[in-house]
Amino acid sequence: MARKKVLIANRGEIARRVIRTCKQQGYGTVAIYSAADQDMPYVEEADEAVHIGPAPVAQSYLQMDKIIDVAKDLGVAMIHPGYGLLSENAEFARKCQEAGITFIGPSPEVIRQMGDKLVARQIMKQAGVPVVPGGETEAQDVEQALAQAEAIGYPVMLKASAGGGGIGLSVCHHPGELEKAYASAKGRAKAYFGQDHMFVEKYIEDPRHIEVQIVADQHGHICHLFERDCSIQRRHQKVIEESPSPFVDEQTRAKICQTAVKAAQAVGYTGVGTVEFIMGHDKAFYFIEMNTRLQVEHPVTEAITGYDLVALQLAIAENQPLPFAQEEVKREGHAIELRIYAEDPVTFMPSPGQITLYERQEGDGVRFDDAIRTGSRITPYYDPLIAKLIVSDSTRTAAIEKGIRVLNEMKLEGIKHNIPFLLDVLNHEQFRAGNYTTQFVKHLREVAR
Amino acid sequence: MKEIVSTMTGSVFQVHVKVGDEVQPGQEVVILESMKMEIPITAEQGGTVKEVKVDVGDFVNEGDVVVVLE
Repeated sequence: MARKKVLIANRGEIARRVIRTCKQQGYGTVAIYSAADQDMPYVEEADEAVHIGPAPVAQSYLQMDKIIDVAKDLGVAMIHPGYGLLSENAEFARKCQEAGITFIGPSPEVIRQMGDKLVARQIMKQAGVPVVPGGETEAQDVEQALAQAEAIGYPVMLKASAGGGGIGLSVCHHPGELEKAYASAKGRAKAYFGQDHMFVEKYIEDPRHIEVQIVADQHGHICHLFERDCSIQRRHQKVIEESPSPFVDEQTRAKICQTAVKAAQAVGYTGVGTVEFIMGHDKAFYFIEMNTRLQVEHPVTEAITGYDLVALQLAIAENQPLPFAQEEVKREGHAIELRIYAEDPVTFMPSPGQITLYERQEGDGVRFDDAIRTGSRITPYYDPLIAKLIVSDSTRTAAIEKGIRVLNEMKLEGIKHNIPFLLDVLNHEQFRAGNYTTQFVKHLREVAR
Repeated sequence: MKEIVSTMTGSVFQVHVKVGDEVQPGQEVVILESMKMEIPITAEQGGTVKEVKVDVGDFVNEGDVVVVLE
């Protein structure tokens, strides 16, 4: 019998990473590529590769019908969407289903529900998953605002519902501040947005971003694979992720992981997914969203648990039960992912161009998930992520030291990249102490200035 | 004559000026899209727009002239 084929509806490092596991699991692989990606390593590593269109994603990687036609023509059994692009597109999942092709991910209905922030919040609230308190009923006058703030607890955020870009947002630490802010914010909201609906929401000061990896089969078994701390971000995008989180104690870990399982249960989740939370200084945590796909930072979890998450995705898509129970899931050591971006290490502005030299060495606890090689051209059409270094060791300190050593030894020339920035973070006293929040990069840059 | 050049490779996302407009130093004249980011191209000096060399959707290379002032 011919091997089952998996089409990878993605590009770059994630296409390459998925192809690797598909091959190990005995699947045939089909890559798709745009005109800008024809020389990328993943294209030649797949068994078959199909040119899908010109460089812009709208004309290539987002062409749902074209991709499904290719899959049908080549006798593809399953489509892996990777992350980004079509991975959280309910319509694409449905089109796959209708074409008789297995979409590797949850059902179109689950994707749709979790893609709608309000619906997701409602479902989570009903299931007893904590969401950021407040923000649901309009505060029509200052008395209502004060009463709501009293119920929620200070500090609160006063928001104009039509606001955006920071306009119409004020943080209030006590009733006096709220009274003042209400009067001025309402006036400003009217002037800026033409309407002045005001809402009061709990303000989580200087939070951490903690997420929990979930894996669920189609037979009702759901397990968590522990948390990842993704608080090191620039431009609201993650740069460094690690597990375990240096901030989360055992008790909080048990609680947040169980809550994530509850969240997955509430939506009838299947496949691998991630429940994202923000966590305040008091270790109280609140649901932000659920990512219904494989995450960029999944190798962190693979490194501490020993599971291959793509292999689990394939098994679940094949209707197999999870090969382990929750109590068998163990974690060992510490893992850190360092995202290498083609961008200026100070301004974070992207830097397309040709890579004139790329050399790196994998080894014990040193993994590279990368998209490039010497000579690769980084085009302006896609995300600047070009490689991920995942280091793991018995302790956090040892993993940090390993990260510094490997970053110093690798060679990446021809474009600007953020390796100097990554080294700054790894060498930073507060990072090394595990004392960092989502505001870390901002503070680092302010000090540098 | 003063030329405003692109600081980056990318495609033109928005054009904020037309021929005859007065431009102030530091004003954003064109927004590029590169690597999923919007990047403003600003005028270093002020002047009157003599020519707009790009349209939305055009691909520009680093160093290409996007707007000419006089």
